[in-house]
Amino acid sequence: MAGQRVMIVGGGLAGLSAAMKLAELGVDVDVMSLTPVKRSHSVCAQGGINSVNDQTRQLGDDEWKHLDDTVYGGDFLQHQPPVKEMAYWAPRVIELMDRLGVTFNRTAEGFLDRRRFGGTLYKRTAFAGATTGQQLLYALDEQVRRWKTEGKVRMFEFWDFLGPVLDDRGVCRGCVGQDLVSMEIRAFPADAVVLATGGCGLIFGRSTMSMACNGGAVSRAVRAGAKYANGEFVQVHPTAIPGADKLRLMSESARGEGGRVWVPRRPQDTRDPLNIPLEERCYFLEERYPKYGNLVPRDIATREIFNVCVNEGLSVEKDRQCVYLDLTHISRHELDRKLGGILEIYEKFQGVDPRSTPMKIFPAVHYSMGGLWVDYEKAADGGLRVGSARNHVTNIPGLYAIGECDYQYHGANRLGANSLLSCIFSGLIVAPGLVEWLAGRNDSTKDASESGRLFEQARQAHQERHDALLARSGGGENPYLIHQELGLVMTKAATVVRRNDQLAEAVQKTNELRERAQECSLSDTGRWTNQNVVFTKALVDMFPIALAILEGALARDESRGAHFKPDFSMPSLRATSPDEKRREAEQWCDDFEASTAQWLRTTIAEWDGNRIRLSYEAVDTSLIPPRPRLYGLVGAEVIEQVWKERQAGRAVPGAGTAH
Amino acid sequence: MAHQSGHGHGHASVATGHRKLADWIDVRVLRQDGPGQASYWERHRIPYEPEMNVISVLQRMAAQAKTVDGRAVAPVAWECNCLEEVCGACTMVINGRVRQSCSALVDRLLRENPGEIELQPMGKFPVVRDLVVDRGRLFRALERMKAWIPVDGYFDMGQGLRQSQSAQEEMYPLSECMSCGCCLEACPQYTKIELARAEGETDEAWQARVREAYDLGFAGAHAISQVMLFNAHPTGRNNASERLDALTDPGGIQDCGNAQNCVAVCPKRIPLTTSIGRAGRAATLHSFRSFFDR
Ligand SMILES: Cc1cc2nc3c(=O)[nH]c(=O)nc-3n(C[C@H](O)[C@H](O)[C@H](O)COP(=O)(O)OP(=O)(O)OC[C@H]3O[C@@H](n4cnc5c(N)ncnc54)[C@H](O)[C@@H]3O)c2cc1C
Ligand code: SF4
Ligand code: SF4
Ligand code: FES
Repeated sequence: MAGQRVMIVGGGLAGLSAAMKLAELGVDVDVMSLTPVKRSHSVCAQGGINSVNDQTRQLGDDEWKHLDDTVYGGDFLQHQPPVKEMAYWAPRVIELMDRLGVTFNRTAEGFLDRRRFGGTLYKRTAFAGATTGQQLLYALDEQVRRWKTEGKVRMFEFWDFLGPVLDDRGVCRGCVGQDLVSMEIRAFPADAVVLATGGCGLIFGRSTMSMACNGGAVSRAVRAGAKYANGEFVQVHPTAIPGADKLRLMSESARGEGGRVWVPRRPQDTRDPLNIPLEERCYFLEERYPKYGNLVPRDIATREIFNVCVNEGLSVEKDRQCVYLDLTHISRHELDRKLGGILEIYEKFQGVDPRSTPMKIFPAVHYSMGGLWVDYEKAADGGLRVGSARNHVTNIPGLYAIGECDYQYHGANRLGANSLLSCIFSGLIVAPGLVEWLAGRNDSTKDASESGRLFEQARQAHQERHDALLARSGGGENPYLIHQELGLVMTKAATVVRRNDQLAEAVQKTNELRERAQECSLSDTGRWTNQNVVFTKALVDMFPIALAILEGALARDESRGAHFKPDFSMPSLRATSPDEKRREAEQWCDDFEASTAQWLRTTIAEWDGNRIRLSYEAVDTSLIPPRPRLYGLVGAEVIEQVWKERQAGRAVPGAGTAH
Repeated sequence: MAHQSGHGHGHASVATGHRKLADWIDVRVLRQDGPGQASYWERHRIPYEPEMNVISVLQRMAAQAKTVDGRAVAPVAWECNCLEEVCGACTMVINGRVRQSCSALVDRLLRENPGEIELQPMGKFPVVRDLVVDRGRLFRALERMKAWIPVDGYFDMGQGLRQSQSAQEEMYPLSECMSCGCCLEACPQYTKIELARAEGETDEAWQARVREAYDLGFAGAHAISQVMLFNAHPTGRNNASERLDALTDPGGIQDCGNAQNCVAVCPKRIPLTTSIGRAGRAATLHSFRSFFDR
């Protein structure tokens, strides 16, 4: 490994855990990031991180159930081996983070405190006040800083990843980056490149994500031939605070700690919410989902809040859609202890105290389940072979992807507090795999003159693109305004409810915007800290990903997880007589099986230089056979009964319904 | 998403129920084209919208890229990321007070100071361009103080040590420090260190020279507070004395004049003066011990 280097692009949880682990394994690491890594988007995560623990175990929980909740929540769209591996590592990941000094909340006896998040019946979530992501990121940042002082890690902060460098055999040999201060463009030879660049919420204009989450880096990999998978699966978080520049998240932990969602039964009741008597309030989640109550999975909560406002006209305000998220029945002391940070956010940005006044919230784009397609190597036990060079590699050899920018763990919908886990886990697991990859690459760095030419050519190409942008004559399109328009198009067509006519129109509009974006002219043509040109490049690169999201959604004629198409949804049962019901349920299960056969597939999007090409790939469901998600359907009991009978009739000992 | 109903009617809907404070927002911003260059004031004017913060003001200004008298100019450069006051990136001096621009609400600023909003870069760090400054010295101080837990490694070694609720409640606030630098901007003892890169100087040589200069300067309240955080941790304690060594070196705790400006401006309300008080006592004890141990 001597003389070999790995370039990690992105210093959020995923990138930093990979950097730290690689350094420990003796590999020299470079980290490139748009922002100082300590300011990465991961700091925004509030709620917590999941794992099975001693307490839940004694209540009947185990790793297998964590796996089951994750794939069930994800509507079975994820390959199961990586999820299994993650669920089994989860307790160890949290123990490691605890050892690194994360200030997790404690029980009276000094153990890690846990709370319950959506989509599970167990209290699996460890948390550090209301700033869990920040605390986890800082612990990793500190370890990486320690390796930096020992010379094992080099940091390139305020650098923009412009693209991978591939040799003539299509192997990734490094990347090109641009210094955001001096605007220098430089090639970085590396024996492997790991993308850990996070989500792409900025494509939707405003979201709960940070400003660096523009998807640019991923798009640049896609332009170079990397596959993008399941792009159409975008999680819309049920509870965000509407703002002019950002839709700030109100963490699910507000509901985890007992927050209740309601609207007045009388539309736009103008009374002070606290003066509205209980019987005149509609706690619609508790009424419709008595088992999970306010903690139904995110897609369900989102759709119900959307529905209550848009279709039932019960929005709290007339001109702005929102519902109440109410914590006022919980004591101040407890709220401050457990939710202090997020309540402060509300207070700070809305000027209202949520401890004494119900908050007003509405859904917002929050998480990209889709991302770069990555491989894995399955082990005999159904999990991963740890140390396989195939784990987390994209279809470009030597180019890896981890964290929110890969597609691997969350299927059609992510459960709360599972992302911090998948980010850290993917960083930890990619490291030993990279060691195997490096061991097989002894030849790579040797041929200096040939590779010298390769890097100079790549650098030159990016330099020319940059210079051409600066040389554009004035009077063209304004990149900031095009970005706003793109955000509106995407938000309207590709969030909570999706219809084919709207999606088709959005594809067309996005293509028009893409053409207009080619005509952007810059208001800054300088050669020093030019944020205008950096933004314009990111904007131009949003289009392949925006189109992958839209085309994927348009093609997928079903509802699954966060992708909800009412025209293709499985209906409730309508019959009243038991026989009729039974017959309908049989039909329902037939339809479900047919739709599973057609759509339980990964969407793969590739960019051919001009448009998106879609193909589909089978999903490994060998551990837990897919079953219908029946939350809130009328007749769910009958369907479940029929489904169970069918499964029982089919069961072969020792085998799932593998395909 | 949260603006679902707003489609097509811009922000009109959001305005209901809010008193309009002005028709226009005038912004006076102190600009600088690059390191070592002269700074100059420039005026911009954008239409007022309800519920804006300084970030959305800067966004409107960038989209418009014109001064108040219609002259086309390069957009003002600034730094931001999270937009919810947890990343520390967007710190600047707004109406004379150092703070985060994402949580600086325009309505409040206009009430404080009707007429205009004044933006300046932080004064204690070298300006990169306009409102962007180089806060590398702040992160370097964390290296100096060995602000990390000296774990053996990242293999699975079982659970961490048990900790009491009260210990967690003491450490948690300190660990919320987002390295924004407000405490340094306000500190009379923290003075600007700015070097110029020499022609042809390599990355390594330049970085080494900068590090050396930074290490002679005052580390600052945030770094002292981090020492107290790590020295309180049951594993972090194991190399407490190395951190105390760093604290008693030149540029360490003795440079603090106890002016207490830092604690007043910390957006995370970190009890900096408590940390400084404790650090002072620990450092004194430590010096005695090292003296007698010799
Ligand atoms: C408000 C909010 C709250 C959340 N709460 C939770 C929670 O409670 N629990 C949970 O499990 N998950 C939560 N999530 C999700 C979780 O925070 C993210 O999925 C996770 O932090 C992503 O980490 P990451 O390492 O993949 O990327 P990020 O933290 O986004 O880091 C990306 C890195 O890539 C760099 N980068 C990006 N583009 C480029 C480029 N072109 N060139 C160079 N560098 C680049 C950035 O600078 C950054 O360092 C939350 C998300 C949000 C938005
Ligand atoms: S107390 Fe010390 S660190 Fe704080 S402002 Fe005063 S001199 Fe600076
Ligand atoms: S101590 Fe407070 S003011 Fe100082 S850097 Fe940390 S958060 Fe900012
Ligand atoms: S943008 Fe992160 S603190 Fe303001």
